[in-house]
Amino acid sequence: MEIVQSAKPLYAIAVSLIAVLFIAVSGKRPNLREFFTIAAAVLKFSIVVSMLPTVLAGKVIEYSLLTILPGLDISFKVDALGIFFALTASFLWIVTSFYSIGYVRSLNEHAQTRYFIFFAVALSATMGVAFSANMFTTFIFYEIITLSTFPLVAHKETPEAMKGARKYLIYLLGTSIAFQLFAIFLTYYAAGTLEFSNLGIFNNIKGEGVSDAFLIVTFILFIAGIAKAALMPLHSWLPAAMVAPTPVSALLHAVAVVKTGVFVVVKVVLHIFGVNLLAQLGLGTALAYFASFTIIVASIIALRQDNLKARLAYSTISQLSYIILGVALLTPSGITGSIMHIVLHAFGKITLFFCAGAIYVASHKTKVSELDGIGKQMPFTMAAFTLAAISMIGLPPMGGFLSKWYLIIGAIEAGQTPIIVVLVVSTILNAGYFLPIIYAAFFKEPNPEIPNPKSKIREAPVLMVASLTLTAIGVLLLFFMPSVFLELAKMIAASVTGGN
Amino acid sequence: MINITEHLPVLIIVISLMSAAIIPIAGRFNRHYSWYITVAVTFVSFLISISLLNRVLNTGKISYWLGGWQPPWGIEYVLDYLNIFILLIVSFIAFIVSLYARHSIEKEIAEHKISTFYSVYMLFIAGLMGMTLTGDLFNLYVFIEISSLAAYTLIAVGRKRNALMASYNYLILGTIAATFILLGIGYLYMVTGTLNMADLRELLPPLYESKVVLTAFAFFTVGLSLKLALFPLHIWLPNAYTHAPSVVSAIMAATSTKVGAYVLLRIMFTVFKVEFDLEVVPVTKILLVLSSVAIIAGSVLAIAQTNIKRMLAYSSVGQIGYIVLGAALINQTAMTGSLIHILNHAIMKGTLFLVIGAVVYKTGIEDISGLRGMGKKMPYSMAAFTIAALSMIGIPLTVGFVSKWYIAMGALNAGMWYFVPIILLSSLLTAVYFWRIIESIYFEDANTEPQNAEYSQIRNPDDAPLGMLIPTLILAGLCLFFGVAAFLPVSIAEKAASMLLGGM
Repeated sequence: MEIVQSAKPLYAIAVSLIAVLFIAVSGKRPNLREFFTIAAAVLKFSIVVSMLPTVLAGKVIEYSLLTILPGLDISFKVDALGIFFALTASFLWIVTSFYSIGYVRSLNEHAQTRYFIFFAVALSATMGVAFSANMFTTFIFYEIITLSTFPLVAHKETPEAMKGARKYLIYLLGTSIAFQLFAIFLTYYAAGTLEFSNLGIFNNIKGEGVSDAFLIVTFILFIAGIAKAALMPLHSWLPAAMVAPTPVSALLHAVAVVKTGVFVVVKVVLHIFGVNLLAQLGLGTALAYFASFTIIVASIIALRQDNLKARLAYSTISQLSYIILGVALLTPSGITGSIMHIVLHAFGKITLFFCAGAIYVASHKTKVSELDGIGKQMPFTMAAFTLAAISMIGLPPMGGFLSKWYLIIGAIEAGQTPIIVVLVVSTILNAGYFLPIIYAAFFKEPNPEIPNPKSKIREAPVLMVASLTLTAIGVLLLFFMPSVFLELAKMIAASVTGGN
Repeated sequence: MINITEHLPVLIIVISLMSAAIIPIAGRFNRHYSWYITVAVTFVSFLISISLLNRVLNTGKISYWLGGWQPPWGIEYVLDYLNIFILLIVSFIAFIVSLYARHSIEKEIAEHKISTFYSVYMLFIAGLMGMTLTGDLFNLYVFIEISSLAAYTLIAVGRKRNALMASYNYLILGTIAATFILLGIGYLYMVTGTLNMADLRELLPPLYESKVVLTAFAFFTVGLSLKLALFPLHIWLPNAYTHAPSVVSAIMAATSTKVGAYVLLRIMFTVFKVEFDLEVVPVTKILLVLSSVAIIAGSVLAIAQTNIKRMLAYSSVGQIGYIVLGAALINQTAMTGSLIHILNHAIMKGTLFLVIGAVVYKTGIEDISGLRGMGKKMPYSMAAFTIAALSMIGIPLTVGFVSKWYIAMGALNAGMWYFVPIILLSSLLTAVYFWRIIESIYFEDANTEPQNAEYSQIRNPDDAPLGMLIPTLILAGLCLFFGVAAFLPVSIAEKAASMLLGGM
């Protein structure tokens, strides 16, 4: 594989950090401040896009920033998986920024400068995770994401918000120190390196005196240490973090936080352990069943949530496990489906959260049971909601169908019939918690007994509606033109399974 | 013409001792002079230690004969990778803290005591540097006494009457410790007839099984564990740190227990040989258990505190556990971690105490609630606090992570994986007691209760005076700098570790 030396990944990370300075000094002039946010977002996206042709040509971009200690480097590597995630995150940051501006201004949120600053820091760190060349670099940026999103989750500073944010921090920081760092210690101790390898670090040292028990323990520590992936039973931070402003929830759920979690899980599976080794140990299947449990249980819990954001949160927990499930199947199609689901779920879920935020801004409604007839009052929003929900359920012609398709093929390849059942059941459950909302919004009359917090409901501000329309169209486009993403996903699947 | 560079190892001590005599006299003319002299002398000491570092890096080892008397008859000062490392830490922290001291001392100490304070401060520093430099056991005892007596005095000048009690407690326990150490020295002298450390190293091995030598070793270990406040011999420390003036808490937390740890390493690994610790007495096993308990107990007790200085003191008890744990694992990686933690903890705890000093200077409050809403009022100080706190938790890119990495790796290399969960658990506990403070700094509103009229100016955004702020920020910056450029101190610590484990 050809290696290109370039500092572009560093620029992609640094651009929003530099923007932080500008955002901070222009705090008193909101328009200028927001200009810097948008400029940084657009610039970041263009840097990421500029690396795309190189990666599609089968090359890898590498850049080594510094060595902290022998064996502990901060270095970056842009491969297909990294750029896949970076493209998704940096594009959605642009959209989220526009949406955020509309949201915080129409609600007159306090501490807006702090809000935009930490948003930018979180995105920098997300790029860092995407482009990490080793587990140490990943760990650093993983922790930076946790710390920088804390002020966003705690934004409202009410006792409730602080409680939720504290839970968020305890789960994410706690597990990463107690388990993930432990696993990193063990990995470095056994392998002497943390550098991601296409076939897996442990796969490369197979037969060098590392016992199976050691590998299993390390694997469990890794999975338990990545609570951002919200695998049960380490999921309950996610509903608690719903106290955050809606754009933050959207960012958390679609881009920065949870996707970082599953991305790191994918990295651990593919690049630290390796497909062959996990298949040998039977750990892939174990993880797949673990993820299946989360998929089903979280969907059932979602059915019972009346708070719209809480329902979406449980839906996220369930959908994230699709990604883990796919990669745990350890077959090319399973991996393709898993990686495709990163982008497909991102677009779908961010649309749903944008809609939830728009409904809140326009009507101050937060509950599913209050949404009767809202489709007529907010047609664009609810249309976008419908498209995204169909994608979540996994029906054509929405993007979500693609990943589910590949996941099912992957399950067949792996010979795991029960997994196919899980996928089918979860599809039905997804329909069960999304379709009633759509039905109520469009076909029910507003319930006169529920007092309207706002006398007349109109669409949310244009910036917000435009953003959510855009991402909804994205969901549609991803079905018809998944070319770049699908190509990248197939490249990844080919490289980690040794090209077969 | 005397070549001055030849005599730097003794000059660094002499100028500090001399300045202790000059400062009260100069203070009689103008009380500001005493501060100027302190800063100047500690700065020169720091420069000297840098130049000594250069020489050690070039030649490997410096041996200086006091008065030209040849060892083992005369007193020898020996500088190797280990103690130049400690000397640099002591002299640097002494300089930074003295730079910071001016405003804080003027607020916390009665005016007529100020020049005496600086005089004792210099004695304290001289004692610590002497303990670090000397290669002679009795000389070591002398310097231990100098620094201890100075420390009792420094604690006693604290603002509240409790300071006297704390000082008295420390005096009693410190004297017991010193007596133990003196007994140990006496016993070794009795059987070998020498006080020179290098000489003892050669003479002792045939006597390792002797009851006298074993007793001497026991006296040393217990006495020094008391000095470095190893759990459960730490009980003097929380009160001392809590009631001492802020400046004193900072300098003591950053240097004095560290030098105690250094002396323990010196006795365990250079006066005695590694084989002794491993084969003759089960000292490392005992220390492993005690240090693990210290790490957990220190953190748990820290969580229970409401006085922030006391919280930091208990946190120190835990951190000392790290240093001892790393040393007791007896392998290259863990020993490096232990030594690097001596530096790292000095920087982190120094920063924290300096920030608290600034808060006390501004508000007079030592309680955790005093930090509420301070993020807006003292933004720079609080940023320094946050950096140091994250470092204590061990977030990567800060110095705390480097120590933890080495000690955890050392534990794994030694085949004792069960120390890794202890380290990680203590990180979590540390996160608990620091995060609640960070949260109240940034996410809670400031105290609105009427405050002491003397401190009313804090209502507006108003950070500490630059004289306090700059030293604090330098130390906080180092928390990050040595967290990223970790190879700089690590390269020295590695050499020192291999010297300790592999022979002189």
